[in-house]
Amino acid sequence: MAMTVVRPAAYEVVRRLDLSDVSFLVEVRDPDVARAARAGQFVMVMSHAGGERIPLTIADFDRERGTITLVIQAVGKTTREMQRELRVGASLHALAGPMGEPSRTEGVRKVVCVGGGLGVAPTYPVARAFKQSGAYVIGVIGFRSKDLVFWEDEFRAVCDELIVCSDDGSVGIKGLVTEGIAQAISRHADIDELIAIGPPVMMRGCAELTRPHGIRTVVSLNPIMVDGTGMCGGCRVRVGGRMRFACVDGPEFDAHEVDFDDLMSRLRRFRPEEKLALDRWEQGCRIAAPADVPSG
Amino acid sequence: MGKKRTIRTIPQERTPMVQRPAAERARDFTEVACGYAPGEALREASRCLLCPDEPCVRGCPVGIDIPGFIERLGEQDVRGAYEVLSATTLLPAICGRVCPQETQCEGVCTVGGTLEPVAIGRLERFVGDAAIAEGWASVPSAEPNTFHVAVIGSGPAGMACAADLAKAGCAVTVFEALQQPGGVLRYGIPDFRLPNEVIDAEIGKLARLGINFRCNTLVGRLFTVEQLIRDMGFHAVFIAVGAGAPSFMGIPGESLNGVLSANELLTRANLMRARDFPAVDTPLGTLGRVAVVGAGNTAMDALRVSVRSGAETVSCVYRRSRTEAPARAEELAHAEEEGVDFNWLTEPVAVQGDGERRVRGLLCRRMALSEPDASGRARPVPVPGSEFELECDTVVFAIGTSANGILGRTSQLELDERGYIRVDQDLETSMDGVFAGGDIVTGAATVIEAMGAGRRAAGSIKRYLGLAAAEAEHVPASDGDGMLFGLGPEQRGYARVHLA
Repeated sequence: MAMTVVRPAAYEVVRRLDLSDVSFLVEVRDPDVARAARAGQFVMVMSHAGGERIPLTIADFDRERGTITLVIQAVGKTTREMQRELRVGASLHALAGPMGEPSRTEGVRKVVCVGGGLGVAPTYPVARAFKQSGAYVIGVIGFRSKDLVFWEDEFRAVCDELIVCSDDGSVGIKGLVTEGIAQAISRHADIDELIAIGPPVMMRGCAELTRPHGIRTVVSLNPIMVDGTGMCGGCRVRVGGRMRFACVDGPEFDAHEVDFDDLMSRLRRFRPEEKLALDRWEQGCRIAAPADVPSG
Repeated sequence: MGKKRTIRTIPQERTPMVQRPAAERARDFTEVACGYAPGEALREASRCLLCPDEPCVRGCPVGIDIPGFIERLGEQDVRGAYEVLSATTLLPAICGRVCPQETQCEGVCTVGGTLEPVAIGRLERFVGDAAIAEGWASVPSAEPNTFHVAVIGSGPAGMACAADLAKAGCAVTVFEALQQPGGVLRYGIPDFRLPNEVIDAEIGKLARLGINFRCNTLVGRLFTVEQLIRDMGFHAVFIAVGAGAPSFMGIPGESLNGVLSANELLTRANLMRARDFPAVDTPLGTLGRVAVVGAGNTAMDALRVSVRSGAETVSCVYRRSRTEAPARAEELAHAEEEGVDFNWLTEPVAVQGDGERRVRGLLCRRMALSEPDASGRARPVPVPGSEFELECDTVVFAIGTSANGILGRTSQLELDERGYIRVDQDLETSMDGVFAGGDIVTGAATVIEAMGAGRRAAGSIKRYLGLAAAEAEHVPASDGDGMLFGLGPEQRGYARVHLA
């Protein structure tokens, strides 16, 4: 029997909010991490003893409540299972962090903070940190449609301007976040920096958009990791032709230097295993499901 | 005791240890070497001349009283042998398995001058295993002092330091970033060399000493070294975080899917149990044909884990010859027996992709040995026109590690030019009360060397806290020879070990 010795915190879920059928938010009790966390950092999480260690960017932290907030997209076995199991009162098996270098906000007077999809969540503490450091903050948040919008009020509270985009035009301006960014750039000639968090394709789009304008652009990368402390090298990314470890050198990097093709192909590294695990889990769920609950 | 033993009267042949046949063991993660049966241990113990010279003790990085424990064992007093070992090491079941005895105690054994040396490591393991099986724990009831010490890292250096300080009555907290304690013993060394139950048992002993293990705690990020001293009430800190960051060669193709570090392969397989995927959630990926670059102990572990994890073929690629390979002879032999194909005098030039960013092969060139280099080993030079492609699906780099930068970046600690933590002869860092040892100081070394550094640091910390002078070390165990925990009165709190 493996010995488990944990920090005193039990990593208990104290709040949960479902953002859509495939995404949810959990607020987890961990006073130590809440106290230490800074914008831009992430935690490594295991939901059970046989689970994977997965990196999750910190979406919010509340030092008084002693909690951090994580937003999770249920796409594979690990995250689907977390979606099912992580109710209020449940606990994570392991939570370690905060990891990675915090966002650098010094010297930035005007910043565009861009979040796409679930990337909206970890963008929030970054926008807040820029606001607290005295920057003029332009928020650009993008969703597929109106019913998937979350944290609009939170963003309004920390942004001087907020541009909401939706793929279908059901809310805000119609189009991708790059439409919103273009609008911000056209209105402000003095943007010092843009930070974008979201799917790799979106982050690459942002980088290409800002490149001709010479706007310093930062992206937060979330490659596959095991330990998250610089030990395994699984998260290595190519930045400016050099190998960097996202877990200790990042997760934020200069977007104009990131090799996104490399990042995206490395994210596909375990595609067959991910499919196998998910199929197997779904099959188990169908077998375990009570007869009156529709399955599949 | 009867007649004095001589080199002529002792059993001439070293007692073999039963090993599971290669064909059988290469399919699972159960331990390869089965350990001595009591009769075998007794016979091997009788090969020790108990020579007054005791070169073995000097050959041991932590100075274990080797003739002392072997003598007790020879008297069939296994418990007594365990007490002797416990005076110096809390981890005999681990050290007996993973120490490179052939270059340490056994390498200088008097018997070894004429015959094969006494199998000291196997005897140590026998005693350590017996203690685990019988539930013995030679845990002194240390009288607590008022000092709190933080140990960062729960690997061999941290464990050894924590044990010594707890025995001296300090309240010790060990911080571990991963979810289970043990460091490299847990994530690095595979079960077939060091079963998890052995690690658990040895750590259990430390917990019974009152040592508090706090896992999931990444010092540097969760709190800084400065905070440990300034805000959290620790009087001293020992940093033993290991070297950590895996090295790559810097050749083309290293970001292809199918290329990974030995650290990643081993952490997935050992700590995360990926070999049981999909019963556990962490995948290892399809290994296919595996090429491991390097020929140290980590490379041997990576090779042998690959053999056991469904690889079709497993090859080792090393730029020097077998003679220069840094791995222990026994590990190398085991890998050979288990079917690993060795490509000596072969250097990778590039990892080749299949057009879809997956590994297709490893472009290599042949090497020839030239005059010795700075390390004293023959320098390999490329043979012109000798390039060839080694077809493979997975490339594992086991070519060493460099310093993990987290503590350096988050503290005022002075580092050397390679990023390792700078220490003085007492292992004290540039920060008052903060000591460091093991791989984060020396670069990658062995488990026992790290333990030696841990014990040395514990001695320095005791002196720093004024414990040696105050005779605060406590509890003479059973024997009345004035030795406490293997240290004589004049040496208490001082180092008896020397790093290689």
